[in-house]
Amino acid sequence: MMNSGITRILQACAGMLLLAGIWQILSMVLPPFLFPPVPEIITRTVEILITASLLTDVLLTGARIFGGLFGAFFIGAALALVIARSKTLENFISPVLTFFQGIPALSWVVFAIIWFQGTEFRILFIMVMTTLPAFTFQILDAIRSMSKDLFEMTMSFRPSRWTLFRFLIVPTIVPGILTAWKVNLGNAARVVVVAELVGATGGVGYELLRQQQLFDMAGAMAWTLQLVLFVLIVQQTINAIEAWALRYRPISERSI
Amino acid sequence: MSMAAEPVIRFTDVTKTFRRADGKGEFVAVDKLSFEIAKGEIVAVLGKTGCGKSTMFNIVAGLTEASEGKASVVGHDPFREFDFFRGKIGIVFQNDRLMPWRTALDNVLLGLQVLDVDPKEAAETARGWLARLGLSGHENDYPHALSGGMRQRVSIARAFAVNPEILLCDEPFSALDEMTARDLRAEFVRLVRANNKTAVFITHQIGEAMEIGDRVMVFHRPARIAYEAKLSAATGEDERRKMRDDIMQVLALEQASA
Repeated sequence: MMNSGITRILQACAGMLLLAGIWQILSMVLPPFLFPPVPEIITRTVEILITASLLTDVLLTGARIFGGLFGAFFIGAALALVIARSKTLENFISPVLTFFQGIPALSWVVFAIIWFQGTEFRILFIMVMTTLPAFTFQILDAIRSMSKDLFEMTMSFRPSRWTLFRFLIVPTIVPGILTAWKVNLGNAARVVVVAELVGATGGVGYELLRQQQLFDMAGAMAWTLQLVLFVLIVQQTINAIEAWALRYRPISERSI
Repeated sequence: MSMAAEPVIRFTDVTKTFRRADGKGEFVAVDKLSFEIAKGEIVAVLGKTGCGKSTMFNIVAGLTEASEGKASVVGHDPFREFDFFRGKIGIVFQNDRLMPWRTALDNVLLGLQVLDVDPKEAAETARGWLARLGLSGHENDYPHALSGGMRQRVSIARAFAVNPEILLCDEPFSALDEMTARDLRAEFVRLVRANNKTAVFITHQIGEAMEIGDRVMVFHRPARIAYEAKLSAATGEDERRKMRDDIMQVLALEQASA
């Protein structure tokens, strides 16, 4: 019997191969500037990965994504802890975050350009503002889902606040935090491109803008794939952390 | 003149009211409850579901505060004097309440870690308690890999590991099969006696209450003492039978008036 991990990888590859096959067929019947052949896209993708100056642009975008996500995570976690402790502060902060959630990423780009001068600070600001509400609400939800039974049991030992935080709150919210990271990673990857389109002199968004000006579809696809690859690698890393951190969870032999 | 020893637990006209979930008014869970428990005594508390046993338990544990009256444990307020009771009260709950992310050993270590006991000494103590409760070899198992009886043993080990002065047990064996419950009950009483602990044991089974308690208190609804009797090794079979009948009668009256 085939290992379930290998089966899963084969299934995922089959889906991607089907997509590539459809693209290749389209490239044969449509002009190459609309649908360049798959081998050309792969060549351009590899070229970016092995050319230091081009790879720097990918890493720059990665750093911007991480900068924004870490910023939003720490601010969001602090806000969630504060909201969880005080109903008054919740009434004060939650509507503001909900209001922020309704603001499109492009509006934040415009605000950042009007308010700030430095490119990196503009991008950081946009990234933090667009992912902050989701981080805050997801972490708050994780704190609120803490078991009352476990809370009372832990409190029966009369721990200090710090001990309670380490022994109960952190392990309780870890699954929620990991989910929040997975969800926000995809959002951040989409937003960073928009942020880099305006004003940045490097990064995947900047390169995509250049490919559009050159009307180079293969280049646009190759740069897009860099971002997809980056998200996949980080997702897999989070999955590995999740598998380790949540190793205590029982796994049923029967699927849903 | 010899002074009588200060009771370990003393309730004086304790009342506890809760706001109803629909926000319309309040209900009384504990009504002017008064009792005293001496050091080394095992008191079994009996009563119908919803009679306020668990509320009384939570007040002693310091998890909730009395609305009126005075609850005192070793002369201190269990709710307000939070730090004073660190390591002094051990609780065995109805369900095991093990942290699923901690192994059996780490669950027993929890209280010791809160008390900041030296890690080596703490691990030795925790292993010792697991061994005493027949769980050697299961130290590194996560709770989901243990049976209900084993999980409850871990929770008993967790409560005893901090060497508390007082043990509070809220129907700890009610979810277990009779054989396992009987073994654990016997083990529990042996440990309480051997370590000279004071224990409050909440149960809804008359047999269990009479087997464990030096004293049995039957609660009214809302919590107030409806019946009280002392037991000892010298209590004869006839006396026990009469006691059982009296308790059943009190509980039946409670049922009829509910």
